[in-house]
Amino acid sequence: MTANVSASEKLDANAISQSQPEKKFKPKNGADLLIQALHDQDVEIVFGYPGGAVLHLYDAMYKNPIRHILTRHEQGAIHAAEGYARVLNKPGVVIATSGPGATNLVTGITDAMIDSIPLVIFTGQVATSVIGSDAFQEADVIGITTPITKHNYQVQDVNDIPRIVKEAFHIANSGRKGPVLIDFPKNISADVFDEALAEASREKEIYLPGYQPNSKPNYLQIQKAIQAISESKKPLVLAGAGVLFADAREELTAFVEKYKIPVVNTLLGLGSIHGNHELNYGMAGMHGAVVANDAIQNADLLINIGARFDDRLTGDTKLFAPNATIIHIDIDPAEIGKNIPTDVPIVADAKEALIAILKKDFQAPDTNAWIDYLNEKQTNYPYWYVEDEREILPQQAIQLIHSITNGDAIVTTDVGQHQMWVAQYYRQNHGHRWVTSGGLGTMGFGFPAAIGAQFAKPDKKVIAICGDAGFQMTAQELALLKEFHLPVKIVILNNFALGMVRQWQQTFYEGRYSQSLMPVQPDFVKLADAYGIKGYQIDTLDEASAIFEEALNSDEPVLIDCRVKQVENVYPMVPPGKALHEMIGVKKF
Amino acid sequence: MKRQFNIESITVGHTEQLNISKMTFVVNVEDEVKLEQLIKQLSKQIDVLKVNDITEKSIVLRELALIKVVSPGNIRLEMNAIVEPFRPQIIDTSKNVVTYQVVGHPDKIDAFIELIRPYGIKELTRTGITASVRETQPSDSAPQLSILK
Ligand SMILES: Cc1ncc(C[n+]2csc(CCOP(=O)(O)OP(=O)(O)O)c2C)c(N)n1
Ligand SMILES: [Mg+2]
Repeated sequence: MTANVSASEKLDANAISQSQPEKKFKPKNGADLLIQALHDQDVEIVFGYPGGAVLHLYDAMYKNPIRHILTRHEQGAIHAAEGYARVLNKPGVVIATSGPGATNLVTGITDAMIDSIPLVIFTGQVATSVIGSDAFQEADVIGITTPITKHNYQVQDVNDIPRIVKEAFHIANSGRKGPVLIDFPKNISADVFDEALAEASREKEIYLPGYQPNSKPNYLQIQKAIQAISESKKPLVLAGAGVLFADAREELTAFVEKYKIPVVNTLLGLGSIHGNHELNYGMAGMHGAVVANDAIQNADLLINIGARFDDRLTGDTKLFAPNATIIHIDIDPAEIGKNIPTDVPIVADAKEALIAILKKDFQAPDTNAWIDYLNEKQTNYPYWYVEDEREILPQQAIQLIHSITNGDAIVTTDVGQHQMWVAQYYRQNHGHRWVTSGGLGTMGFGFPAAIGAQFAKPDKKVIAICGDAGFQMTAQELALLKEFHLPVKIVILNNFALGMVRQWQQTFYEGRYSQSLMPVQPDFVKLADAYGIKGYQIDTLDEASAIFEEALNSDEPVLIDCRVKQVENVYPMVPPGKALHEMIGVKKF
Repeated sequence: MKRQFNIESITVGHTEQLNISKMTFVVNVEDEVKLEQLIKQLSKQIDVLKVNDITEKSIVLRELALIKVVSPGNIRLEMNAIVEPFRPQIIDTSKNVVTYQVVGHPDKIDAFIELIRPYGIKELTRTGITASVRETQPSDSAPQLSILK
């Protein structure tokens, strides 16, 4: 499909799409109905990319404007929507065309599914009359996305659109959140709807008898939890992203303060309590703090709130928390008992469960000895590195970024070594300011996610900390920073390597660096320049603080290519297949 | 299947209620934990209204099989006599081939197939199992899974 748009027409288009919706706009076809349904859901922004199968839809939003961000790749659109959703804790919206547009979303949909990020995704589809005929740009999107969405729909009747959109937002943003996809055949977007039927479907109450997420905790289980807590000597809270999804940060903090219970976080749960809270012992898991993992292995009671016992957290599940009674609070019943046998299952929203526990006054456990023990561990086993005379260590760069921003910035990361170092060293003061790809470990996530986060919070400082390799997977979205005046700060911790792969090859494959070095990288400063963005390169620690200070405090978008030591490893580490107490690299060599 | 469950058979059909279908699965599971996961993962599907584990229930269980067997005229009477206890129906015949329809518990169908196999099975078609829970259940039915109810 080719479309020649002249410059003057383009200007016109901008003028119109920025104007107010025309008062007299009257929806006629399926596409109009869909845009109207988005307005009904108070959707403020949509990330997308057009194509043949969604032409009616794009025409409808031209007539009835909704803020649409044209990314440079569909993957950029969906990761931006994920970043937006993480920061605002409400659904991000994505539109892509049929076939390649839809398949370009697959990574992002899977990422959102495994990390429970609410998204509503619209894909174009070929006309119903040719579905199944291998038509131009046809892909079986329902088939492809069934295992990677919370739910999906293919619209069969134009009058159903209002109901389906309403349900999709409800499903995406309730219970255990997740991505919902609506596949939209082209002919249906052109169909003229029946006003009475469409209005009825718009007014209809949501009725989903097969979807009744339970948010209220069971009274008996709460009683059991309370008893277990008051009888424990070494209780520990494991706080996951469920705390953040439930907006239960205050309740969690109140609960652990009231009963003096130490807390550790999962990777995605960082920010569920203040990073420097005295009861917070940091991140647990494969690259977690020694004290956090030690706490799990020695606890006599583990209270998991909104975490799913992922294998990167648990290490060897047979040896996980061997002495602990397990309380597991999760909104998704299928998570309970899936990986770790549970003694007290509480299927509930984290906030409601915490409120129910807080309402009761009960005997507080005496945790003083336990806390003393943990404090000593923490002092003896901090995160560590060995300074280098010539080169910057990535950890030092992150410490600088942390001190310049006081732990207040919205930080997104890509995937790899740098991600783990940011998780270790960037202690978050707030909730909903930590955006990373946990379950899927999606390279290419960090930068577009920062774009979405910046759209969500235009006045907040957003920093994307990326690896040199992962950044290049979605670097084309640099165009958006200039176009939309987004002051995102990109920090590339450049080790000229697939650092995490290189580390594993060094540790487990006797240093055979098979395809993990990238000796030739682009000149990132020039790349930034090509997109009209100011770039900096940092080579030494001496210049680092001044440049970070200037660049991070700028009101403009910036890209910082920070050259860091290549042969630096993330420690400590639970080797694959080992248990949490079998960490290596716990002390300075 | 995504979660590594081994499905032996699935049957599906409409129920007495409009727009509601019932599926019967036969699944091999290793242990209770796997079983609990299976039920929860199925229940989690938004289109799924209810999941019942009827393994330990008193149920009526049926399968239907169509079996085409080589059966020349000279031994056809003999064959019919041998299979008679299974009460199959002959639903199609030609000069050398007869098609039996057998309905019942899958064990019965297995036995029927073994019995008829020596004559030469040309084609075997089985529907998979469908089942219905009996109205009256023995009082000491299976223990409930921990958090399902
Ligand atoms: C899309 C994708 N492909 C491959 C991987 C496997 N992988 C994990 S980390 C990593 C290296 C990332 O390198 P870089 O972005 O430079 O970050 P670093 O580890 O060097 O900090 C790779 C290849 C992945 N996580 N995602
Ligand atoms: Mg790298």
